[in-house]
Amino acid sequence: MNAGEQPLLRVAGLNRSYGSRVACADIAFELYPGEILAVVGESGSGKTTLLNCIAGRLRPDRGSVEYDIRDSGLRDIWQLAEAERRMLARTDWGYVQQNPRDGLRAAVSAGANIGERLMLVGARHYGAIREQSAGWMARVELDAERIDELPTAFSGGMQQRLNIARNLVTHPRLVFMDEPTASLDVSVQARLLDLLRNLSAELQVAAVIVTHDLAVARLLAQRMLVMRGGVVVEDGLTDQVLDDPQHPYTQLLVTSVLRAA
Amino acid sequence: MTTAAGYNFGYLDEQTKRMIRRALLKAVAIPGYQVPFGSREMPLPYGWGTGGIQVTAAVIGAEDVLKVIDQGSDDTTNAVNIRRFFARVTGVRTTERTTEATLIQTRHRIPETPLKDGQILIYQVPIPEMLRWLEPREAETRTMHALAEYGLMHVRLYEDIAQHGHIAATYDYPVVVNERYLMRPSPIPKFDNPKMHRSPALQLFGAGREKRIYAVPPYTAVRSLDFEDHPFEVQRWDACCALCGSRDSFLDEVITDDRGGRMFTCSDSDYCRNRREAGHAPAVTASEVSA
Amino acid sequence: MYVAVKGGEQAIEQSWRLLDETRRGTNSVPELTLQQIEQQLGLAVDRVMTEGSLYDRELAALAIKQAQGDLPEAIFLLRAYRTTLPRFGATQAIDTAHMTLKRRISATFKDLPGGQVLGATYDYTQRLLDFELARPRRRKTDRAPAETSAPLNTAMPRVTDLLGDEGLIESETPLPGDPEPRDLTREPISFPADRATRLQNLARGDEGFLLALGYSTQRGYANSHPFAAEIRHGMLAVEIEPEELGFAIAIGEIDVTECQMVNQFHGSATEPPQFTRGYGLTFGNCERKAMAMALVDRSLRADELGETAASPAQMQEFVLYHSDSVEASGFVQHLKLPHYVDFQSELELVRKLRRERAQ
Repeated sequence: MNAGEQPLLRVAGLNRSYGSRVACADIAFELYPGEILAVVGESGSGKTTLLNCIAGRLRPDRGSVEYDIRDSGLRDIWQLAEAERRMLARTDWGYVQQNPRDGLRAAVSAGANIGERLMLVGARHYGAIREQSAGWMARVELDAERIDELPTAFSGGMQQRLNIARNLVTHPRLVFMDEPTASLDVSVQARLLDLLRNLSAELQVAAVIVTHDLAVARLLAQRMLVMRGGVVVEDGLTDQVLDDPQHPYTQLLVTSVLRAA
Repeated sequence: MTTAAGYNFGYLDEQTKRMIRRALLKAVAIPGYQVPFGSREMPLPYGWGTGGIQVTAAVIGAEDVLKVIDQGSDDTTNAVNIRRFFARVTGVRTTERTTEATLIQTRHRIPETPLKDGQILIYQVPIPEMLRWLEPREAETRTMHALAEYGLMHVRLYEDIAQHGHIAATYDYPVVVNERYLMRPSPIPKFDNPKMHRSPALQLFGAGREKRIYAVPPYTAVRSLDFEDHPFEVQRWDACCALCGSRDSFLDEVITDDRGGRMFTCSDSDYCRNRREAGHAPAVTASEVSA
Repeated sequence: MYVAVKGGEQAIEQSWRLLDETRRGTNSVPELTLQQIEQQLGLAVDRVMTEGSLYDRELAALAIKQAQGDLPEAIFLLRAYRTTLPRFGATQAIDTAHMTLKRRISATFKDLPGGQVLGATYDYTQRLLDFELARPRRRKTDRAPAETSAPLNTAMPRVTDLLGDEGLIESETPLPGDPEPRDLTREPISFPADRATRLQNLARGDEGFLLALGYSTQRGYANSHPFAAEIRHGMLAVEIEPEELGFAIAIGEIDVTECQMVNQFHGSATEPPQFTRGYGLTFGNCERKAMAMALVDRSLRADELGETAASPAQMQEFVLYHSDSVEASGFVQHLKLPHYVDFQSELELVRKLRRERAQ
């Protein structure tokens, strides 16, 4: 698949340790435009460390993280100047935290939260910013009438949708998500997953989703990596991996989910 | 020349003055950039103008004529105290006339009388960092300045408009200097912001407790932040000054009795006196005179 | 016609006079002498010297007298004087292993070389108001001098050195090249600040602030499991090495209190499990301050030791920017100054917002 097409993200030989504990060992993968990749594993498997390394938040000890920058092509993000990396992070990338409160500014309204990135890149027309904020609220199925309310006035699921709108407003090509539904009730999770699936199809945005929940991977991701102890033990198309797991650890994961269900 | 026994001219030793002047030169070279400096402990409390005093002490010479204002007035206790301090440790001539002064140290106002080439305006600054309320960590705000990441400031202004219908900042209103650095103009009312733009005078800012110096060189662009559809605007009063009749100056409200009586007078006491000396008076008084 | 507030000048002069009269009190009571303050309010003198960062008992006593016993004000007076003093040079590093001790206690070992020496302490006084003190009295001379006035053993190794011999505590070696510490009173602090700079800041820091922060680390805001390995108080020689001489000469003695806390540490990738240190040092006898300082020094080392810095006492910027009583007191009290202009601007805004809401 994707033959001839240039990857959006290419990770090679990525290593990161905390003291003597290895969190990521020799990770390598590619991500193509519009593709959703799930990184699955239990806590301590190194999946969040991996996400932070490729999202420019935690410098790897070794290895490269190349991203297809709009006008200069594949470049190692850790070789960029800090200014370039920060610019990428607030325009061409998104980052959705597990807890939406970590991503939102609690002291300013929903509209200001969504409009922040626009203002960071130079938007200076209040009316236009507001209109875009309202438009994005509608797209993530929030009542645009509530544009001037503070994030705390919204429920947990709504806050996460606000957080997603806040990230998508600059039309990023890649969004990093760290357990985006884990802090929500089961019923709310399903609606949010639906929304994410529709948005990714509509906007053709690529994503790396870290999750411990195989159902999330099954629903959203075309491909997945299974991590254990800092190592990728299995990777492939999501349906293949879940229906016919090769590695004993993946087999265990799949059967334990089945048992739990 | 008489100065206080036992103290160097201007109180600070020459070594310290040189250190401050080096910081000032750097500040002038990078308009709006906050230069850290080795702020000294002064015989006035921190927060009472120690930054402005150190800047004044570093640039004052025997030929200078010094004016000190607080809230626009030469006669408020803090202004008197600082003026007396410099009279005591330098012996220079002091004045209340804006036009006569070569150095003007100020807290919270810019004089109404336009400043001239060759004059230096020295601001006392309590908190130099405009981004402080948005981001408390110094290490992070310095990065934001280095990368000119100022969008957050507009988030605050956006929120004002969303909540109040207009930008609610009335003083300490954020400006961009020379289209590069976000700068806090010290707590002057936004009424005074336009006076900073392309002023012929050199403007120096000293924050003693926070140990920062910054500057706006003469004829430098100073732009108040705003939105295209919510442009920056200054305060206007319905009343005129009850003493000189001015409608163009910043007015202080004075409570005259406990039955709701109040009047407005110029905050700039020198400007007001000049107008009265030139025969200006409030409209009511004028009609009484002519009757 | 209304006349704007005038006469700031006369008001200030009158205020100076009133202050002078209030300070003196009634003439029927003899005036305090500096010697009385130095001798009989010694702990106040010690605190003013410590936070004023100037070792001069007489000037500290003068500052206390001038400030009517308001210690932060006295500290401010001493600091404002200190800033005008020329610097002749830096002393050799003092060596607290060779103090003439007046007090030395350890909470970690029941007995140790040199023993425990209680010295003059309020610790076991039972805090009953002593009404005897309400009447003038002379120092008792009709009984044998207190035992501690006998010279103590000079060979009293520091507890941390004893632990160090066994390799159980982190070694304290100078940084590569043994760089001169920076002088906080000459250069502004920048972050992250190294430990020498932090200690300098804490030594000048307000005792109450450090006490509260240190206390917070004991209550779960940055638990660091401290033990007071040793607290020692005594006299130390101060030496300088003039360039033209090429050897050190003693220029006098100072009185200091040192506290060394040892704290649990489970080890990291590069360091084995061992005890870590928190350090406190003050002029004179400021034991409470020295102990609080040691706690805060240790909590501020969170980053360096790979601990999560989540509590106030672990946050460098929070602690070091707010520790100084002269800065804090000045800025809090500057709210007394006129803010007519800012307030007028806010007044206009509130009226405008109210008008708009009413429409």
